[in-house]
Amino acid sequence: MAPKGRSVYWYRKRAAIVLTHAALIIAALLISSPVLFAIIKSTQTTAQVFSYPPKFVIGTAAPENYSIAWHNYNLGRLMLNTFIVAGAVMLGKTLLSLFAALALVYFDFRFKALIFVFILVTLMMPVPVRIVPLFDLMRKLHWGDTFWALTIPFLASATGTFLFRQHFMSFPTSLVDAARVDGVGPLRFLWQILIPMSMNTIGALAVIEFVYIWNQYLWPLIIISSNRSQMIQIGLKMLTGAGPQGMVNWGVAMAGTVITMLPPLIVFMLLQEQFMRGFALAEEK
Amino acid sequence: MQSKFPNRWLPLILLLPTIAVCAVFLYYPVAQSFEWSLYRAAFMGLKRIYVGFQNYVRLFTSSDYHKSLVVSLIFAAGVVVIGLSISLAIALLANRKIRGARIYRLLLIWPYALSPAVAGTIWLFLFNPTSGVLTYFTDRFFGFRLDWLTNANLALLGVIVAAVWKNLGYNIVFFLAGLQNVPGEILEAARIDGAGPWKCFWKVTFPLLSPTTFFLFIMNLIYAFFGAFGLIDVMTKGGPVNATNILIYNLYRDAFQHNKWGMASAQSVILFVLVVVLTLIQFRTTGRRVHYGA
Repeated sequence: MAPKGRSVYWYRKRAAIVLTHAALIIAALLISSPVLFAIIKSTQTTAQVFSYPPKFVIGTAAPENYSIAWHNYNLGRLMLNTFIVAGAVMLGKTLLSLFAALALVYFDFRFKALIFVFILVTLMMPVPVRIVPLFDLMRKLHWGDTFWALTIPFLASATGTFLFRQHFMSFPTSLVDAARVDGVGPLRFLWQILIPMSMNTIGALAVIEFVYIWNQYLWPLIIISSNRSQMIQIGLKMLTGAGPQGMVNWGVAMAGTVITMLPPLIVFMLLQEQFMRGFALAEEK
Repeated sequence: MQSKFPNRWLPLILLLPTIAVCAVFLYYPVAQSFEWSLYRAAFMGLKRIYVGFQNYVRLFTSSDYHKSLVVSLIFAAGVVVIGLSISLAIALLANRKIRGARIYRLLLIWPYALSPAVAGTIWLFLFNPTSGVLTYFTDRFFGFRLDWLTNANLALLGVIVAAVWKNLGYNIVFFLAGLQNVPGEILEAARIDGAGPWKCFWKVTFPLLSPTTFFLFIMNLIYAFFGAFGLIDVMTKGGPVNATNILIYNLYRDAFQHNKWGMASAQSVILFVLVVVLTLIQFRTTGRRVHYGA
């Protein structure tokens, strides 16, 4: 079925489209392949994992592997811990940065610019540049091995304050004037007007914070010592520590890896919307 | 300019929690890092002895720290150069106007949500000499089997591969956003003037993309110096023979395995200087981008 009028140009263009599809499929497969291997191997028995040449099909040990990872390595508990900590930080950070932005945009007071800079400069203070004194401070506060150490020091957010401040400043002035005429106080103004108008920004920030805390590694590694209050990423490390026979059970380790990666991945699918909107990636017709 | 609420004390109360957390858990420990870098712990940490700049002198004359610095620079260069090249190539592909582009984009960027520790665990397995998939492929197609992570030369390459993979999604997202801002008319004009795809890319797209590339350059450097800790800890623990002992891993070992708090604080200060420099460069250039964009 080659109607006349289809030039060499048409065929060339067609070939280019097919090639682009092929290249994109190969790229997507290559990028996903490490995770696909991990999923396949998480279903195999040790014998299947170590067979040579390797088997790239679903194995027979999926229930055992996942159950060992979940129960023997306490992943359920660690996951709950991480959910509590990530949820608390997410909530606290959002609330504190909303308060800070409300103060910075809708009030006049002395040293306002200075305070804003004071908050912004903390962007340059990641954990590694203060790790030894912070660790010592936790010990003095008797916060070692507690969730306090994982949450309280992380509640201030320069990024959040900055984002909400920008967002509030884009609102019309009439908003606050109307509120004042109606006798609405600042806190009710925040709760009933600003927050409903900022749901997108709040969602984006909350999701980013959640993934960040979920994936955090260095700080829980040093500050949490008991298995009972440990975070999931550190639990994952135990799975690849040598077992009693000095050998890693890779099927179980991969099952644990899959379990660990799921929550942020699910959250990422929600974030996807924000990404597509935020970065104008969805221009495609 | 927004109208204001008249209250004088409420704003300070609203700001108090943020200011308090910043002061107590950020400023104060950073200041202490500076102070402690001038001391040395003695008698199992019970006593501090003032040593001036001796910790810095010892760091900069220590061959171990030199090696760590070199390893960090190679690691960062690998992460930046390999990572940005691959993700730019993929972003260019994904930016074509074809059916299903949205799905492709999702499939290309999703590993962004994985943590460094998860990425490290997966690659630790892939590189495993007896069960690892990668070993099988190199054996099958190139006829050699390598024990990647116990070989001092290959281990650094191995962690670079894992770190690049983990960050591809992030880079692709920003490159795609940057590509959206390259005006189609300019490319069209270049094409009409007879420029081939290769020339179009280097003469038009790449220069227009430079703000994005530069932003990602800085972000990838920060990732290589700070974010990759979990990946290194899971895959190699800085070994073999310090071959993957990047600065932050060296700091972690000095602080929490050798209890050399003075030396560790000095390393924190060095990293702080690095962050400040990178942040200031980024601030200046983002400012300039806004200026040119207007």
